[in-house]
Amino acid sequence: MSESSRPFAFLRGPALEGVAEVGRIALLVGATVRQMGRGLRSVRLVVEQMHSIGVQSLVLVLIVSLFTGAVAAVQAAYQFSTVVPLKYIGSVILRSVIIELGPVLTALIIGGRVGASIAAELGTMRVTEQIDALEAMAINPVRYLVVPRVVAAVIMLPILVMIANAVAIFGGYVVAITSIGVTTHTYVMGLKDFFYMKDLLSGIIKAVFFGGIIGWMGCYHGFRTEGGAEGVGIATTRAVVSSCVLVLISDYVLANVLFRFIFPAQ
Amino acid sequence: MIRIRGLSKKLGGKQVLDGLDLDIPTGITLVIMGRSGTGKSVLLKHIIGLMHADAGTIQVDDQFMTGVSEHELNEVRKRFGMLFQGGALFDSMTVGENIALPLREHTRLSDAEIRARVTERLAWVGLTGVEEMKPASLSGGMRKRVGLARAIAMDPAFILYDEPTTGLDPIMSDVINRLIRSLQARIGVTSIVVTHDLHSAWHVGDRLALLHDGKVVFTGTPSEAKETADPRVRQFIEGTSEGPITV
Repeated sequence: MSESSRPFAFLRGPALEGVAEVGRIALLVGATVRQMGRGLRSVRLVVEQMHSIGVQSLVLVLIVSLFTGAVAAVQAAYQFSTVVPLKYIGSVILRSVIIELGPVLTALIIGGRVGASIAAELGTMRVTEQIDALEAMAINPVRYLVVPRVVAAVIMLPILVMIANAVAIFGGYVVAITSIGVTTHTYVMGLKDFFYMKDLLSGIIKAVFFGGIIGWMGCYHGFRTEGGAEGVGIATTRAVVSSCVLVLISDYVLANVLFRFIFPAQ
Repeated sequence: MIRIRGLSKKLGGKQVLDGLDLDIPTGITLVIMGRSGTGKSVLLKHIIGLMHADAGTIQVDDQFMTGVSEHELNEVRKRFGMLFQGGALFDSMTVGENIALPLREHTRLSDAEIRARVTERLAWVGLTGVEEMKPASLSGGMRKRVGLARAIAMDPAFILYDEPTTGLDPIMSDVINRLIRSLQARIGVTSIVVTHDLHSAWHVGDRLALLHDGKVVFTGTPSEAKETADPRVRQFIEGTSEGPITV
C-alpha cells in the first residue's frame, strides 16, 4: 500500500511511542507498588521527602491560595451584582475552593515546583551514574528513590490542599469585609449553611490522586533522562508538563466519578 | 572465576559487543583496553548486571548473571564493588553516608561498627577526616578515592574499575594505580580495570585484554602484550593512527 493511500501513516510512529510511554509508566507504577512494603521500612527517607515536598512548598501554597480566595471573592461579587444576594458569597467561595480551586491550583503549583525538582534530581543522578551505582550496590532504585517520593507526595498533597482551602477562604473573607461590604457574620453564615463534608472529601480524594501523578511523573521522567545537562532540562520540562496535563485530565475524570457515583447530588 | 561466552549487545543500531568470549581467573587484575567507544564500559555494566545482553552468558563462579531474577542478581552483586568513572557519589549525602550506605542496606552492623568501617576504608584509600564533607567539595582524585572506599566497604570478591585514572593528573593517577595494586594485595580481590591509559595498564595489570570490533582480540600478560606480533595490539601500544584499527 502506498503512502498516499494511508493519509494518517505519519501518526503511526507517535501513536506507537505514546502506547509504549503509557506501558513504561504502568511498569513503573507496578514496580513501585511491588516495592512499597520494603520501601516504607525506610521511614527516614519518606520523612525527608515529606519535608522537601510539603514543608518547603508551604510558603508558595500560602501565597497562591490567599490570592485565589481573594480573587474568588472579587469575581463572586462582580457576578452576583443585582442577581444574587451577597449573603451567599461565603458559600460560593467555600464550595468553589474546597471542590475545585484548592485541590487543582495546589496540584498545579506543586506539579511545577516538586515535579521539576524530582525530575531534575533523579535526572542528574541518572546521567552521573548515581542510579547505576545504587543498582551495582544491589539497592533497588525504585524502592530507594521512587517509593519515598510517591508516598510523600500522596501524603503531603492532601495536607497542603487542606491548608490551601483554609487560607483561600480567609483570603476571600478579607476581601469580602474590606472591599465588598459583607459582614463577618454574613460571611461565616454563608460558610456554615452550605458546607457539606462530601465536598471537602472529594477535594481530598482528588489531592491523593494528584499527589501520585506528580510523584510518578517526576520520577518517571527523571529515570528516563539521557545525555547531560540538556537531557536533565528536557526531563524537567516533560515532568512539569505531563504532571499538569494529567492533573487536569484526572480532575475531569474524578469529578465525574465522585459527583455522579460516589457523592451524587441528593 | 568470571566466564563470559558469546556476549552480544547492539546499542543505537551499532553492534557494540559481538559474540565476546572472556575468562577472568580468580585473584588477578585484568585490564581491558581498547579505543573509546569500543564497548569497554558496556562490558563492565553487563558483568554487574546493569545492562542486559542480547545474547550470550556471564557466569560468576557457579552463578549466571544472565536470565536470572532480580533477587538472584542482587545476591551476586553484593560480592562486587564498582568504581564509576566520575565516582558516582550521592550528592545529597556526606562522604561517610556514601560509604555507609551499602552497609546500612545489607548488613546488621551497629552504627558504631559502621562508623569504624567507614573510617577504616577511608584510611585504606589514604583519606582521613573527610566523613562529614559533601562530594561537591571534593577534588576529582578525592572523589575517585571515596568511590573506591565505597566500592570496598562490603569486602567484595570482585572490583570493577571504569576508567579509574581518566581526568586525573599523572601524580593522582599513580596514587590510584598504587591503590588498585595495594587493594589486591590486601584483600585478594579479582579486579577488572577498564582503561585506555597504557601507563595504568602496565602498572596494575596481571593480564591485559584488547577489545576491538566487539570482540576480545588479545589476552595475555603485560610482557606478552609488549612482545606480541599482533598488529592490532602493536598499533594500540604504539599509539599510532596507522594500522588495522581504523578511526
